[in-house]
Amino acid sequence: MTKQIHLAAHFPGVNNTTVWSDPESRSQIDFASFRHLADTAERGTFDFFFLAEGLRLREVKGRIHDLDVVGRPESLTVLSALAAVTTHLGLAATVNSTFNEPYELAKRLATLDHLSGGRAAWNVVTSWDAFTGENFRRGGYLDKADRYVRAQEALRVVRKLWDSWSSELVLDQDGGVFAREGAGAFADEGAHFNIRGRFGLPPSPQGHPVVIQAGDSDQGRDFAAEGADVIFSRHGSFEAGQAFYKDVKARLPQYGRSEDSLKIMPAVTVVVADNDREAADKAQYIREQQVSGPTAIVLAELLWGRDLSSYDPDGPLPAEDPVVGSAVTQGRVGYNDPAPIVAEWRAQAEAHGWSLRQTVINQQNRQTFIGSPSTVAAAMNRHVQEDAADGFVLVPHLTPGGLDDFVDSVVPLLRDRGVLRSEYTGTTLRHHLGLDA
Amino acid sequence: MSRRLITAIEIDGAGSHPDAWRGAAVDPSAILTGELARHAVQRAEAAGIDFATFVDTLEAPADEPSRVSVRLDALGLAARIAPSTDRIGLIPTLTVTHTEPFHVQASVATLDYVSGGRAGWLAEVSTSAEAAAVIGRREPAEAADTWREARYVVDVSRRLWDSWEDDAIIRDAPSGRFIDRDRIHYVDYSSPAFSIKGPSIVPRPPQGHPLTVVRLSSPEALQAAADADLVLLPGTTDLEDRLAAVRAASLNPRVLLSVSVALSDGPADGVDYAGGVEELADLIEGWNAAGLDGIHLRPASLELDVPVIAERLVPLLRERRLLGPSAGRATSLRNRLGLRRPANRYAGSGR
Ligand SMILES: Cc1cc2nc3c(=O)[nH]c(=O)nc-3n(C[C@H](O)[C@H](O)[C@H](O)COP(=O)(O)O)c2cc1C
Repeated sequence: MTKQIHLAAHFPGVNNTTVWSDPESRSQIDFASFRHLADTAERGTFDFFFLAEGLRLREVKGRIHDLDVVGRPESLTVLSALAAVTTHLGLAATVNSTFNEPYELAKRLATLDHLSGGRAAWNVVTSWDAFTGENFRRGGYLDKADRYVRAQEALRVVRKLWDSWSSELVLDQDGGVFAREGAGAFADEGAHFNIRGRFGLPPSPQGHPVVIQAGDSDQGRDFAAEGADVIFSRHGSFEAGQAFYKDVKARLPQYGRSEDSLKIMPAVTVVVADNDREAADKAQYIREQQVSGPTAIVLAELLWGRDLSSYDPDGPLPAEDPVVGSAVTQGRVGYNDPAPIVAEWRAQAEAHGWSLRQTVINQQNRQTFIGSPSTVAAAMNRHVQEDAADGFVLVPHLTPGGLDDFVDSVVPLLRDRGVLRSEYTGTTLRHHLGLDA
Repeated sequence: MSRRLITAIEIDGAGSHPDAWRGAAVDPSAILTGELARHAVQRAEAAGIDFATFVDTLEAPADEPSRVSVRLDALGLAARIAPSTDRIGLIPTLTVTHTEPFHVQASVATLDYVSGGRAGWLAEVSTSAEAAAVIGRREPAEAADTWREARYVVDVSRRLWDSWEDDAIIRDAPSGRFIDRDRIHYVDYSSPAFSIKGPSIVPRPPQGHPLTVVRLSSPEALQAAADADLVLLPGTTDLEDRLAAVRAASLNPRVLLSVSVALSDGPADGVDYAGGVEELADLIEGWNAAGLDGIHLRPASLELDVPVIAERLVPLLRERRLLGPSAGRATSLRNRLGLRRPANRYAGSGR
């Protein structure tokens, strides 16, 4: 059977994918920018619009990282506002489970679901570190090993709160019964939470807002297999995508879940132009914009775990061995095992005669689909039909117009192939994703 | 003539009266979609009302079958209404006793962005055992303690709003720098209740500082009122004494009298004022003469009373020259209320 492609739009953010120096680049904070990308995504009948989260500005060698886009608004508030100006698009907020309490999360997410008529999603991320913790009352108390324990418990409790009303909402105006007594009563006790009381919102249109997971470790994959509806993965290439897909889907039966109940949507980028040749040139140009000399050094520092500021980005790769678990860069996901990656970079640099910057550009580019609209449509469809993905989270390199050309040129071709809806057939995000209510 | 009166309304379910949801004109399910609130705020905006507040508490509202026992998150509701309006201020209640201050300031700053500079927040505390139990993180505390802590939250929020200078984003392509990091500051805040490193993740909001509002719901709130831009003074008794107390405690915030009103033939028992528009206008005139800066009306029924406020009371107040001409173009809430945009305390310190 032909699989349908699920699409989501990622509002570009604080990493070097975003080319802020482009004359077309607009504010990353003004509401007009969010609205533009959401309108584009809705025109393309995407499943959802996605906002990432950061709770502390990134640092390099103890100073705020200044080369990429810095600063963003708080997700749930932006999405509540977008609910007013969109009609069908799902609205996905990244909110971490370590520095929030289940009751507040449940309330804010259920509110978004009520206000949007059933379009809310929660991407559960699990920042744990003391660096982020310095902005919170709790500080950095959570061990890395405990982050998914708390996330799992938070998700379970949030769902319990969403389920805390059954049919107590009466709304009998003549009889004067708004809701039956005891509506929303709950109590829960676990390793991380011990709470009781009443939840103040009846089931939202989706009952449970959609749950997304974005971690990659074994623990993270199990967490997703047990409880998520969507995985936002970083495995956008065909081979890595297939391997990830197989791994995660194989984990589902042990939780009594079917393959369809969890959609895998890697982050991908798309470069389209009139023909493949032009698209390749454009992609090369974009990569060079994404990796300036200073950015190449920072990205190498992230991999090496060392201060490499004495290196010339246009010279050879650093000779030192990488350090595991260093704090040279803070606030972004580092490498668990950098040594084989460094070895690979060295081999490639030697084989092609690349400088450090050229190596970063060529080894780290995250561009997935490059070509004419028909090339891109065919490649995307192959990924989905051959189980490298169920769909994609598109990460444009420009704010906020970066998906305009995709929606104008590739979306019609996907529709012609019968793998993308031409109009929404339902109103809730669960419906768009083909998930059970 | 005295200073132009500030006018505001409060959004709480179907209205401040417990039976408001039963009115024939009311669709109670529209409380949950936010449509009832949106409609009321749009009506208020059209009449020239300055801002709307949104009630919230951490825990669920009263567990009585005859009452509205649901409540949307006020911040989410205000944000949902922001793009559907363009002149009225939007001030959700945020309780600060249990919620993380870093999240509070980020979401209020974000509301300021999505509303184009029309945001504020009504800082509230939770002393109840119920609120403590739904979060489960700490024991309930006395009002004096929670208000002391609330002052730290207000203070750190303003510092975090200042943690980005207005011109921190430079987009300097030649040097490859998106920001000038010398214009972004750690707040390094430390109080007996919590500490925060900073800076905020949100650049400085359009108004610099969104408006901070405190409701004088208990004597302990008086100290916190000193930090507020606007104070809501509930009830109508001992007005002069209480007003004098606020003036004595504070750096001169604007003080609004907060009264529940029933101006239609809907339910009226228990409200502060029930009756005709003319008499209410007389009272307001008297309050204005007594030194109040404005009125915060809590309509008994949003569906029934907001139209009377909008179509009859406000024009009458304008006729009596208690209000200025209805505001025309969209502007920031600070501008509208004649409050200056605060200077940034860190500006220049890193350079
Ligand atoms: C594609 C992707 C997107 C992510 N987005 C965010 C984000 O926006 N905010 C955040 O705090 N963490 C984000 N994370 C980090 C994860 O939530 C998680 O903390 C991290 O991957 C470590 O967990 P792991 O060991 O299971 O991979 C993201 C991870 C991935 C793979």
